[in-house]
Amino acid sequence: MTKTVTKTLPDLVPDAELNLPLERERTLPNGLTVIAIRRSAVPLVEVRLRIPFGRAPLAPATLLSQALLTGTGAMSSIDIAAELQAVGGSLAAGLDPDRLLISGNALADGLDRTLELLAGVLTGAAYPETEVATERERLVDHIQVALSQPGHLARVALLRRMYGAHPYAVQTPGPEEVRAVEPAALRELHADRVRPDGAVLVLVGDIDPEQAIDTADKILGGWTGSAPDGTIPATPALETGPLLLVDRPGSVQSSLRIALPALTRTDPDYAALYLANLVFGGYFSSRWTENIREDKGYTYGSYSSIEHYVAGSALVASAEVATEVTGPSLLETQYELGRIASLAPGEEELEQARRYALGALRLGMSTQAGLAGLASTYAGFGLRLNHLRDYSAALSAATREEVAAAAAKYLAPSRAVAVVLGDAERIEAQLAALTAVERGAA
Amino acid sequence: MAPRIKIPATKYPVERFTLGNGLRVVLSPDRSAPVVGVAVVYDVGIRSEPEGRTGFAHLFEHLMFQGSENLEKLAHFRHVQGAGGSFNGSTHLDYTDYFEVLPSGGLERALFLEADRMRGPRLTEENLRNQVDVVKEEIRVNVLNRPYGGFPWLKLPPVMFETFPNAHDGYGSFEDLESATVEDARGFFDRYYACGNAVLSVAGDFDVAEATAMIERHFGDVPARPAPRLPDFFEPDLTAERRESYVDRIAPLPAVAGGWRVPDPIATFDDYLPFVVLAEVLTDGDASRLVERLVQRDRTATTLGGYIGFMGDEYQVRNPTALLLQAHLPPGGDADKVLRTIDEELDRLAADGLKPGELDRTQARMATRLLNGTDDVLGRALPMAVLELQRGRPELLNDLPKLISEVRAEQIVAAAATLRPERRASVEVIPGASA
Repeated sequence: MTKTVTKTLPDLVPDAELNLPLERERTLPNGLTVIAIRRSAVPLVEVRLRIPFGRAPLAPATLLSQALLTGTGAMSSIDIAAELQAVGGSLAAGLDPDRLLISGNALADGLDRTLELLAGVLTGAAYPETEVATERERLVDHIQVALSQPGHLARVALLRRMYGAHPYAVQTPGPEEVRAVEPAALRELHADRVRPDGAVLVLVGDIDPEQAIDTADKILGGWTGSAPDGTIPATPALETGPLLLVDRPGSVQSSLRIALPALTRTDPDYAALYLANLVFGGYFSSRWTENIREDKGYTYGSYSSIEHYVAGSALVASAEVATEVTGPSLLETQYELGRIASLAPGEEELEQARRYALGALRLGMSTQAGLAGLASTYAGFGLRLNHLRDYSAALSAATREEVAAAAAKYLAPSRAVAVVLGDAERIEAQLAALTAVERGAA
Repeated sequence: MAPRIKIPATKYPVERFTLGNGLRVVLSPDRSAPVVGVAVVYDVGIRSEPEGRTGFAHLFEHLMFQGSENLEKLAHFRHVQGAGGSFNGSTHLDYTDYFEVLPSGGLERALFLEADRMRGPRLTEENLRNQVDVVKEEIRVNVLNRPYGGFPWLKLPPVMFETFPNAHDGYGSFEDLESATVEDARGFFDRYYACGNAVLSVAGDFDVAEATAMIERHFGDVPARPAPRLPDFFEPDLTAERRESYVDRIAPLPAVAGGWRVPDPIATFDDYLPFVVLAEVLTDGDASRLVERLVQRDRTATTLGGYIGFMGDEYQVRNPTALLLQAHLPPGGDADKVLRTIDEELDRLAADGLKPGELDRTQARMATRLLNGTDDVLGRALPMAVLELQRGRPELLNDLPKLISEVRAEQIVAAAATLRPERRASVEVIPGASA
């Protein structure tokens, strides 16, 4: 090429107004709320059933989520799997401290059959001895593998450090606790807690929403009963103190985790805090990533996000950094927290984060699976998709001053709780040069 | 048994054209959501990197984000995210992709950014050293610091293959990465990142005429450079079983993976497709042959999976490639026994055929997964770009659910009959950590 033309960046075409998809909702006589949303781009339907499960005993609840689909009085685990597969369907259950979540998808023509199979499990899960024994051993093996993964171990240590005696502190049962769970305990827990009252079913896809709700009413109407109150007390305030160092001998990286206080989604200051977090570390173009990855090469990735649980929210920042630069990585992290907490973000910097936040909402809504996840998550906090309108407006309106105020209040390094997992022998002195350090177990 | 469900298809429109400089373009408009996906793929991957430069194709992918003709370092990320979008890139055996998904008002910006780096990335010593460090951390996160890192995608090829392109570690050795030079990068760009060696595709919410004009505007003056000759990476099939093992010092439990060569995915697609379906018949869900047998009944495995292509990109890989089965085992698990049971089940399938409904339900589930993937604009833009690059046939993405539903039982049986132990390469993970 002989000449270099200087090109200018094309302008953005402003976004059209947020267009929410057709949504219908009904609470059935059994207490189950059904939300149905039409997005017909592909002939599929997404299914999410959220059942409140707060304060359920951890080991039985975890095994229940693994064994839920292993058989009913009428069908074996293989029958269930095969019949689901025949309509292009799949269902799986998962657990977090607030809920049991059954999720899956199927060809749109298979919605009725998928719901029939789901109803069969909800009202008739049998927890057969042999299948439960198989799932129990598999769960124990999976926990063993998780316990060798640095990300999991760092998370375990962080949760315990953040939540102390609160139920959120431990979210994975120990292998021995799982080994002790008998099928009878699963049947009892199921009878007690797998109940429609207060549960929310979300259906999204190439469906007629009213008709889909009628179908759900017909098929799931026989699932009845209410569960005992599973309300979890509000999460405690973070207690600052020395950095917790967890030894993982031979690690070639250190897992850096920092927790900070945060706000719930409906707090008037939430949009400002969300934007402050983006500028700090919440996306690739954040100060933290540009500093420790793109300038210094300490990490492949760093990321901070606000995590919402029913009983409270927290901000968690995570990075896996090279062992030899663990101290310098903590230093840069503290520096960036201090900078965002004491200086207002630049105007262009804030606009960029704002446009990213608004765009991410549109991208998240653009698929059936994205909509289903969002609607189900929101429902767990008593919100509906129309919250997106208020939230978008709040993101658009947040000023530099409001973002700076939220950062000063919530992102200040003095409020941080830090955990580092790594080769203690090689990193303790590096960390101790910067902050008080205490050793802890994973 | 329920009546067979009808397998639906998508009808995403596909428009193709080639610019004067040789850049191929695929457009697939869809106004159902206000978002757009943009992908540029280059016909170069791990198999094309030079000897002594393991990991270079991937390292170069990182360098493509480090500034370009009209853009400073960091600008690419900021401009995509400042348009409300997300971006990434990935390096495969046979191609390297770059992509963005954005609210539709950001389309022209994404085209500008891709065109600018197609004209010329900023290949500086400082950026190279920085990204060598970042890539080393990536390898530590994904391979060295975690159990089962690189299993089996980095561990099985050296057992199965002989030649450097097919057998080497695509993430690269630290030595090779550290010794890479800016000169190497310039040479790699000049050779492989020609517009004649690339495909641009756009899927989602846009007007075809407007998008075509934007593409002309931004890519039209990228200097014409032809594609290099595509090498043939063929090597002969195994004639005797190969078996290796290694100790993973942080893995608590054993694991094993086996692979068999399959027909050429492009030249003989009709012969290849039954193997794609076979992998699912064997491993998709609790009702599949091998999961039922090994996980549910024998309990000799705790998880089991199967797919074609070492990176799971079965419709985007060239010859030679393989059908892989991989299993994680319980404490004290016996990898030999797992492999023998797999042989036994393959023999049974070859001898007794499929059970009623077994193929239909596997095809239904495969259709769901394909359709689910294409609901996302990038789930169309990316595979369409690669299908154009490798086959000149982006519309194949729409045809796949139907083509899969037409695979017949006798083809599955015949495919299973070729997966003989003497054609198998396998690798076993010996746990180095006490469970």
